[in-house]
Amino acid sequence: MTKKSKSAATDGAVGPIVELHDVNKWYGDFHALIDVNLTVGRGEKVVVCGPSGSGKSTMIRCINRLEEHQEGDIIVDGMELVPDVRKIEAIRRQVGMVFQSFNLFPHLTVIDNLTLGPVMVQEIPQDEAEATAMELLERVKIPEQAWKYPGQLSGGQQQRVAIARALMLKPKVMLFDEPTSALDPEMINEVLDVMIELAEEGMTMIVVTHEMGFARKVADLVVFMDDGEIVEAAPPARFFSKPENDRTKLFLSQVLH
Amino acid sequence: MSARTAISFATPKSAPRRSPPALESGIILWLRMNLFSSIHNTVLTLFALWALFITIPDFISWAFINAVWQTDDPKLCREAAGACWAVVAEKHRVMLFGTFPYEEHWRGVLAITLIVSMAILSTFKRFWSYWLFVAWLGVTGAVLILLLGGIFGLTTTGTHQWGGLPLTLFMFVGTVVGGMPLAVLLALGRRSSLPAIKSLCIGFIEIVRGVPLITVLFMASLMFPLFMPEGVTINKFLRAQIGMILFFAAYAAEIVRGGLQAISRGQYEAADAVGLSYWQKTNRIILPQALRIVLPALMNDIIRAFKNTTFVSIIGLFDVLGATATALEDPLWVLFALEAYIFIFILYFVFCFSMSKYSEHVERDLSEGRNL
Repeated sequence: MTKKSKSAATDGAVGPIVELHDVNKWYGDFHALIDVNLTVGRGEKVVVCGPSGSGKSTMIRCINRLEEHQEGDIIVDGMELVPDVRKIEAIRRQVGMVFQSFNLFPHLTVIDNLTLGPVMVQEIPQDEAEATAMELLERVKIPEQAWKYPGQLSGGQQQRVAIARALMLKPKVMLFDEPTSALDPEMINEVLDVMIELAEEGMTMIVVTHEMGFARKVADLVVFMDDGEIVEAAPPARFFSKPENDRTKLFLSQVLH
Repeated sequence: MSARTAISFATPKSAPRRSPPALESGIILWLRMNLFSSIHNTVLTLFALWALFITIPDFISWAFINAVWQTDDPKLCREAAGACWAVVAEKHRVMLFGTFPYEEHWRGVLAITLIVSMAILSTFKRFWSYWLFVAWLGVTGAVLILLLGGIFGLTTTGTHQWGGLPLTLFMFVGTVVGGMPLAVLLALGRRSSLPAIKSLCIGFIEIVRGVPLITVLFMASLMFPLFMPEGVTINKFLRAQIGMILFFAAYAAEIVRGGLQAISRGQYEAADAVGLSYWQKTNRIILPQALRIVLPALMNDIIRAFKNTTFVSIIGLFDVLGATATALEDPLWVLFALEAYIFIFILYFVFCFSMSKYSEHVERDLSEGRNL
């Protein structure tokens, strides 16, 4: 499955899509990210796991500049992330993001949530954007909810709308920040299924999650973070069967029952 | 440890669903619940009924039965036992139009009609579009032409001749229309990450909030001209209008800021993540939600701005209340000030109550089908 997706997604471009070199970040005196190095190839899926407070969310939020890093380089699709508003906006157009708490715009209908970005940012005509939006809503299997407001949907439906919204700008990489952590258990799978389909279509994905089943199934690389540093990184087969670091072993013993 | 028999149990049941029990209703129940629910409440109810019984008939005979409705002779009023509503009939032109030239009052009537009908039109959601804004611009132009004159063969009537209801309404609409955008900018500026803009906005808001409106108006009318270079004058109405706008904006800015703070960080981040620029994010995501949250508080301030227009009489502009006070300087009618002021009271109440009802309606309308 992963092999097929890799070849489908490269679309000519070569080289990694996201690179983090010696990235450091502090909140005040607290050292949140310590010498983080991570490279993500086009079409590949990286799952980031680790205990809460380990810096995994902070790391992926640095990739589209929701958080600012103080040291090191972040390169997205060949563009270096620098404190220049136009550069940041250009990078954000290449990067889709799905949040733990969905963050849909409650005052807009589902369809307007989807079309707002393309219409305002890329100046795509409204009807064209709506057609794209309906296609994506079909893909996440909720076209019938298009004219409702987010508050009228279940959590799982809202998160699928959020995924569709992030796909509207045709991003080259998708970031997922604990996309199923705020969901009731019976809704987790409907969101994971959409994410698995997306992975099979060849999307580059960086996913922060505790869903180890998902990691086993789609990840090319599983990264374990603790205390702001990358402790271990390995393909899922090796990561789950032969973890090397003691902290990884302890974490795995806690999340795998 | 001895085995203990658990006594907890539950019975699964699959009986057909029932509709909820009918609510008791009816006027007797309402009376018993609200007026006679206890001895204390019964005593209070009876006392209130007695108080109404001894005051209402007197009021009715004063206000209606023995009232003089129409006369141009104040002597008849003095002889009558009831209210003298004739004072309103006699003086309404001065009360409503102040110092505006008598034979030009039709222009004032037309201006009031235009402003009020535009306000009523604006309440209908189906008219909410770009064209409503254009219509307001047109109406503002028309009202200015009507009140200022000088073209289309209208006699020139400077702002120093304005007065009464047209002045009150114009000043009110000008305050809100000019003050709201300024308030939003101040609120955004106060949360800005640029230190210069932030401290400028905080400074402005705190200084204006720290002084009474009267002081602002006195500053505008008396001190401001002292600082102007020789020969430069800005007319008094405009100065008062600017003072009112600044005062309203400072208060409304703090209300808007409350709304901005109520928007979760996730909304800002989601807007960033879909690539919106600062102004796109502010206009499409943040402000629509923030303003909806603060609408009741904002409407409160707008109603207060309407009543605050009465302060301009202190610096010599004749709003409705000021014009009424002037009208009552007539020694023949001065005895009947109470009736004139009751009329003004009703006038203000109609305006303020309509605004409050309208805001309730908008709140309901905007929250339909959406969970914020």
